[in-house]
Amino acid sequence: MEAVKKEHELIVSVSPHVRSEESVSRIMWTVNISLLPALIAGIYFFGPKAAYVTAISIISAVMSEWGVQKMTGRRSAIGDGSAVLTGLLLGMNLPATAPFYIPIIGSLVAIAVTKQLFGGLGFNVFNPALIGRAFVLITWPRAMTTWMEPTAAFVGLDAKTTATPLGLLKEEGLHKLLEVFGSKASLYTELFLGHRAGSLGETSAIALLIGAAFLLYKRYITWHIPLTFLGTVAVVAWVFGGKTPETGKFLLFAGDPILHLLSGGLILGAFFMATDYVTVPSVRAGQILFGVGCGLITMLIRLKGGYPEGVMFAILLMNCFTPIIDRNLKTKLFGKKKEKGK
Amino acid sequence: MSLATFKGGIHPPDRKELSAGSKITPAAPPDRVVIPLSQHTGAPAKAAVSIGDEVKKGQVIGAQEGFVSAAVHSSVSGKVVGIGDFPLAIGRMTTCVVIENNRQETWAELKEDPDYMSLSPEAIKEKVKAAGIVGMGGAAFPTSVKLSPPKEKPINTVILNGAECEPYLTSDYRMMLERPDEIIEGLKLLMKSLGVSRGFIGIENNKPDAVAKMKEAAKGASGIEVFALEVKYPQGAEKMLIKALTGREVPPRGLPMDVGVLVQNVGTALAVYEACRYGRPLIERVVSVTGEGIKEPKNLMVKIGTLVSHLIDECGGFKNGSSKVVSGGPMMGFAIYSLDVPVTKGTSGILVMSESEVVHAEDYEPCIRCGRCIDICPMGLMPSMLSVLSEVGHYEECKEYNLWDCFECGSCAYVCPSKRPIVQFIRLAKSMTKP
Ligand code: SF4
Ligand code: SF4
Repeated sequence: MEAVKKEHELIVSVSPHVRSEESVSRIMWTVNISLLPALIAGIYFFGPKAAYVTAISIISAVMSEWGVQKMTGRRSAIGDGSAVLTGLLLGMNLPATAPFYIPIIGSLVAIAVTKQLFGGLGFNVFNPALIGRAFVLITWPRAMTTWMEPTAAFVGLDAKTTATPLGLLKEEGLHKLLEVFGSKASLYTELFLGHRAGSLGETSAIALLIGAAFLLYKRYITWHIPLTFLGTVAVVAWVFGGKTPETGKFLLFAGDPILHLLSGGLILGAFFMATDYVTVPSVRAGQILFGVGCGLITMLIRLKGGYPEGVMFAILLMNCFTPIIDRNLKTKLFGKKKEKGK
Repeated sequence: MSLATFKGGIHPPDRKELSAGSKITPAAPPDRVVIPLSQHTGAPAKAAVSIGDEVKKGQVIGAQEGFVSAAVHSSVSGKVVGIGDFPLAIGRMTTCVVIENNRQETWAELKEDPDYMSLSPEAIKEKVKAAGIVGMGGAAFPTSVKLSPPKEKPINTVILNGAECEPYLTSDYRMMLERPDEIIEGLKLLMKSLGVSRGFIGIENNKPDAVAKMKEAAKGASGIEVFALEVKYPQGAEKMLIKALTGREVPPRGLPMDVGVLVQNVGTALAVYEACRYGRPLIERVVSVTGEGIKEPKNLMVKIGTLVSHLIDECGGFKNGSSKVVSGGPMMGFAIYSLDVPVTKGTSGILVMSESEVVHAEDYEPCIRCGRCIDICPMGLMPSMLSVLSEVGHYEECKEYNLWDCFECGSCAYVCPSKRPIVQFIRLAKSMTKP
């Protein structure tokens, strides 16, 4: 009995003494994997260039993370997959034709400024990939809004430039879109599959939804933000997005929600960026508010703003409100009768 | 498929298979016992013996001091060889009476009562008090106090807690399997002492045989119902159990009696029965000694005051590089730093964790605001905020996030992907503030 005691140094720590298997790196790598279908679709439609842009973006993101952590003496965390995720998301938000310095600068801004300057993972206010994207969009507006036609790369000819569906809708109207795509049915089909101009990882709704379904199934994300985001976009698009075909005058309840849902960066944004834990509210009620806010701002920009697409700015703007939402929409204490919020 | 339960909670692997098959067997009597005079919530008992005194088994060695307190009895017959401060499993030092066991097992005179069911409510309370019974689920609150609620808080339901939601532990389970009838008798006595006609027994559904046994035993007992509960930690926490079985929510900082409920552990009911029927004081209890780090996991009937080291020996010693020993369950138990601490009335288990089971809590990361802890907190708190605020020293602000409503169940820390020691942060904030 004495021997038993002496042999053993007992570890003493505060309860609980068991922990779940979940870890930050497991979550991050799972999200990375869930984006693969959409990335593959992007490479399929836009060719090797898409892979090239994404690869540069990821490598620069990881190197920026590593560099900053070296300089600041912070514990190196590039293995946790979060820098890879930022790089991947940024890459997927760029046109496949983007010149090489765009993903490099974008990643640097995303990681060094947006994430590390605020204290690293967990402390950043804004979604790093989106700030990176916003920065390069403002700095190189031309390169960032020159879109190539999908699959052109495989045909081997010079890639023809074209406009995105949302761009066409904004500049020329629905009739032009229908002219380009043939019919409404084929417009929806092409949008659903991803056969359209746009950022290299945003076009294939089906591929993105497969990844999103996987994350929902794994409970790494919940429906609260994506559903309210998409729902708001659909409702606003239907109510306010319509025009009388002949006169082009504004017409209530005549918009096309499906077109709006499947275009732009909405699906990528709603499922993969408006769900970034760090920069969105963590209480469910607040998440619903966040989703609705994102939807409203997105549609405001799409219908009234100068840009054809508003998802990126909508999410970034709502990121600003996250701290306020979190402070004001608390959870309901067990046993407490009434409380504001929920 | 809709078993009664509460909102939130977690599903840790229950690991009960390690000791579930082990029948309750008496632990070998130790050479000496170290019996703390304070093993309950409230004032310590006052030593009623002196060094050199011969004591009998069941003799009072510590007298109840004040209302919220409990008497303490000798668990062996023998000689008092020391009275002094010794460490308890929870880390605090307390006065203990050390008794050398003469192995005669000579009982003090006990007053049996075959007609215990006709005892008056007052008489039952007296017997429970004299027997030094306290809640045996871990909190160790004196039962006699719970049986004397203030007039304005009438009790209408007694709930027996057989949830045993802590992983690994199987002591309540074995009691329900092996002594269901006595538990029911204990429940009847509790109901009678409060003049209550409704009694519920809640058992997590990972123990279907215990549910069946208790249902069988409860047959014909009027007003008593047995319920299977969803398997979810912390199903056995008082407030969650009451919510699951009655739908009532105990108000924040309130007590079960605020919603007319008394909750007792099944082991406590058994002790109540033994006190009323045989006049036996609470001097032994069932302890699960289990975990990957112990050779032969067992459920032992242990004399209060037996040292943990004795139980480890009894179970064949350590294996698998055991490196952490926990008094209680893995979610809320205390890691002990010495094996020379005594088993008390509230010790439901001794968990020996192997090297591979131990989580090294120093490697934690910043909160990534994933919201998991918020989703599962059974009290509806925001553990993430509590941990972050406490980490940066904003203790007072923690109160805005209902710091003092946390009962430290550990669910938040369990699910946290950043492995944040949330409970530790919460305790720190509590130690720096006043409720
Ligand atoms: S905050 Fe407290 S009550 Fe809530 S899960 Fe954590 S330990 Fe349990
Ligand atoms: S589970 Fe951990 S990382 Fe997630 S919100 Fe809670 S404290 Fe933060």
